[in-house]
Amino acid sequence: MNTWPLFEVFIRSKNGLDHKHVGSLHATDAKMAIENARDVYTRRQEGVSIWVVESNLIVSSDPAENESLFDPAQDKIYRHPTFYNLPDELKHM
Amino acid sequence: MDNSDKAIFDFILIHADNSLILGQRLGEWCGHGPVLEQDIALTNIALDYIGRARLLYQLAAKIENNNRTEDDLAFLRDVMDFKNVLLVEQENVDFAYTIVRQFLLEAFNHPFFNQLINSQNINLSEIAQKSIKETTYHLRWCSEWLIRLGDGTELSHIKVQTAVNNLWTYTQELFKPVESEIEMTKQGICPDLQLIHKIWNETIDRVFLEATLIKPDSVWMQNGGKSGVHSEHLGYILSDLQFMQRAYPGLEW
Repeated sequence: MNTWPLFEVFIRSKNGLDHKHVGSLHATDAKMAIENARDVYTRRQEGVSIWVVESNLIVSSDPAENESLFDPAQDKIYRHPTFYNLPDELKHM
Repeated sequence: MDNSDKAIFDFILIHADNSLILGQRLGEWCGHGPVLEQDIALTNIALDYIGRARLLYQLAAKIENNNRTEDDLAFLRDVMDFKNVLLVEQENVDFAYTIVRQFLLEAFNHPFFNQLINSQNINLSEIAQKSIKETTYHLRWCSEWLIRLGDGTELSHIKVQTAVNNLWTYTQELFKPVESEIEMTKQGICPDLQLIHKIWNETIDRVFLEATLIKPDSVWMQNGGKSGVHSEHLGYILSDLQFMQRAYPGLEW
């Protein structure tokens, strides 16, 4: 049982929204992972669609590189589009 | 109740009691599942069954019209009054037994509820429409497991084949109509059990082939559950299930 691979589970809560990561689980293969995800993560009507992916297939950034990757964005507030005067007629921006 | 009401009452109780007793049996797995994910899967299914039992008991109580509630039917009847098939009261034993017992019943329930949608009784048709969605998943879930275990390791194969051999004796009862079912089939309320049997056989053959399991040769077939003649297990189940209402009559949540 400990040798069952780990899968990451992504649930779409309703049509039109993105799949969001909700957690992980063990299963022998992708098919079982979908069924397990259905039973573990959608029993309170959390979703309308499930994605699973084997955890070891995910490539992630290295936390040791966080400073060089993310800190340089800190002082570049002009990248947020908050400096424009918007006409009143324009809603939902 | 007149005779016609009695027949439909008895017929509904078969499936209400099947649902309650199997739900209780599956509930015994709570906290004991082979892996966390399957522990939850088993108890999800248990809750589907308890939910179905409630709908059927409510309908039966309404038809009986004698001041008994769904709770009275579940908690205050004795062994002889229960009409569930013998299959559902059999012990969990191990995961293989539990999967085989479930599969043998789901292969019945799926075509049964599918046909019950066309029942002349509108309430039963509505319950069937809800149940068919649950049952479709249950059948898929236990078929998958049967195939994995049957076509898995040497040990898993032996375990499920043993369970099949030992539970086979309880399968004929599903299709052998009792009085209430004969009457209800006549009235277009209960599906034709011969037809259900045919579909059941096809499902068994298809899944067994993939699971590399062998259908037992003709063995002695047990009957009696639907007429209230049960194996010793049911008494133990009821003593657990009904303890609270027997010890503290009228106790509420």
